[in-house]
Amino acid sequence: MTVLLAVTAGVLCASGTYLVLGRQLSRVVIGVGLLGHGANLVLVLSGGDGGDPAFVGGDAARFADPLPQALVLTAIVITFGVVAFLLSLAYRSWRVRADDEVEDDVEDRRVARGAAHAGEDGAGS
Amino acid sequence: MSALLGGPVLLPLLGAALSVGVGRWRNAQRLVGVTTLVVDAVASIALLHRVDRHGVASVQAGGWEAPVGITLVADRLAAIMLVVAVLVLLAVLVYAIGQPGAEEQHVGFHPVYLILAAGIGAAFLTGDLFNLFVAFEVMLMASYALITLGGRPDQVRSGMTYVVISLLASTLFLLALAFVYSATGTLNMADLTTKIAALPGGLRSGLALLLVVVFGIKAAIFPLFSWLPDSYPTAPTPVTAVFAGLLTKVGVYALLRSQTLLFPPGTRPGTLLLVVAALTMVVGVLGAIAQNDIKRILSFHIVSQIGYMVMGIGLFTVAGLAGAVIYIVHHIVVKTTLFLVAGLVEQRTGTAHLDELTGLRRLEPVLAVLFILPALSLAGLPPFSGFVAKLALVEAGLDAGAVVVVGVSLAVSLLTLLSMTKIWANAFWGPDPSHDTGRTMTAPRQALMVGATASLVVLSLAVAVAAGPLYGLSERAARDLVDTSAYVHEVLAP
Repeated sequence: MTVLLAVTAGVLCASGTYLVLGRQLSRVVIGVGLLGHGANLVLVLSGGDGGDPAFVGGDAARFADPLPQALVLTAIVITFGVVAFLLSLAYRSWRVRADDEVEDDVEDRRVARGAAHAGEDGAGS
Repeated sequence: MSALLGGPVLLPLLGAALSVGVGRWRNAQRLVGVTTLVVDAVASIALLHRVDRHGVASVQAGGWEAPVGITLVADRLAAIMLVVAVLVLLAVLVYAIGQPGAEEQHVGFHPVYLILAAGIGAAFLTGDLFNLFVAFEVMLMASYALITLGGRPDQVRSGMTYVVISLLASTLFLLALAFVYSATGTLNMADLTTKIAALPGGLRSGLALLLVVVFGIKAAIFPLFSWLPDSYPTAPTPVTAVFAGLLTKVGVYALLRSQTLLFPPGTRPGTLLLVVAALTMVVGVLGAIAQNDIKRILSFHIVSQIGYMVMGIGLFTVAGLAGAVIYIVHHIVVKTTLFLVAGLVEQRTGTAHLDELTGLRRLEPVLAVLFILPALSLAGLPPFSGFVAKLALVEAGLDAGAVVVVGVSLAVSLLTLLSMTKIWANAFWGPDPSHDTGRTMTAPRQALMVGATASLVVLSLAVAVAAGPLYGLSERAARDLVDTSAYVHEVLAP
């Protein structure tokens, strides 16, 4: 079971990475979500093998480690909040530009162009 | 004691809640914001005083004992960082109140700003890696909202880069936490000190490097810095100033804390950090020289300056760490001041572009003075705070025999001076502007903005004047970092 979950986490992280590398914001948002799920799954796995539910009685030696579960709950809430923010930002970007590709940095382009011109003219601006 | 330790985290959160409640009245929000940060500043200074006299202090929130519960710890380093951060946050808030724009138009500015303050406070005081993650997220969430405040297209574009990069760093951090927990079964930093030492060498190096990458992205070290000059300049001035001063430094603090506390001497990536430090300095300053906009020049200088701090950390000696601490203090104050001055220039002339600026020294002599003092300090000229900090680092580097990185740091200082001279020559010298495009402001607003900037200039001068005692304090903080036994003992067996 643990191996299966580890592989799943790997697949989630890999596909998340692939999507994040794209230029379209919608893909990036989904990629970030998948990466977050992958990380959360690894966090669950860090508690070791499964066991009985903690704190409801029974043999304490057979409890599953409750700490990673508490951690992962916090992490899920945080990922949820950030992805919601990211979605609203992507929506805003689509509203103002009617396009969901991330553009180049305008000032960077300008500086690069300036340097190219200076090279052609043989003098700085 | 618990009030002093909990204060810097809880006070701003309470203030934020109150600020939302009185959202309809901007003046009430202002009162809440300033009062909260003033009380916070007093509490932090009291905490620093106490920690410096009586040693490390800790609190187990909620009464759960150390390895499991939520631990807040303050040692000298954390307390110093906290004091500087809160003072800078307060000055920038006053500036923001004076500046027409973000603070005035958005009901959310004050609450989010206070949440940012709470996140920064929590990041400095937490004694637990997972809570460090939570503190980072609180801080980043507030920063996402602040950096896109206004929702202009260029802000959305650069905000997007910033959010995605920060999120990736957070995901990596979460993975690192999972690995650390799998390997050791604890995330309490004091507990980890002993447990990580028992791990096999390869695993330990892997964890150390993963944490370097995570905090390296937040601190903007080479080659993980490219998001910073891209996203900072588009935010409203007070936001950029506080980000420039504080956010990357929280990353540096986390790097410093994790590398010194978690990993035993001899297993730390010292050489790697020194190489990265040299590259960060050089690439940052070269980037700055190529730019033509004051805010972008200053943004690249943040990257370059981070290199100096990482150099101090990479030496892992008492002198090196003390140098890094004093450098961080100097940098937070000076960098924030410079961004505030850039904001004043922009406010006065409508642009921060060097090609369009000229002759400001006659138009605004006060502004010229407020710029030149921190600018010379940034370049490391005596008798300013930058000189003190760089001297400490250079001496530490020479003591440790790291001649190459010391040489690089001196050369970069010269280039920094060159780039500051460029701003000075273009914006402040030169012929008088042909037409005064200036937008004048009402006197009280002007007084608030200039007053806030001037108070930070005075603070940076005070760093230089009080260099002796401050270096003594940094050195004691560095000794705590090299010998972690007091920290571990206070947390695990109070």
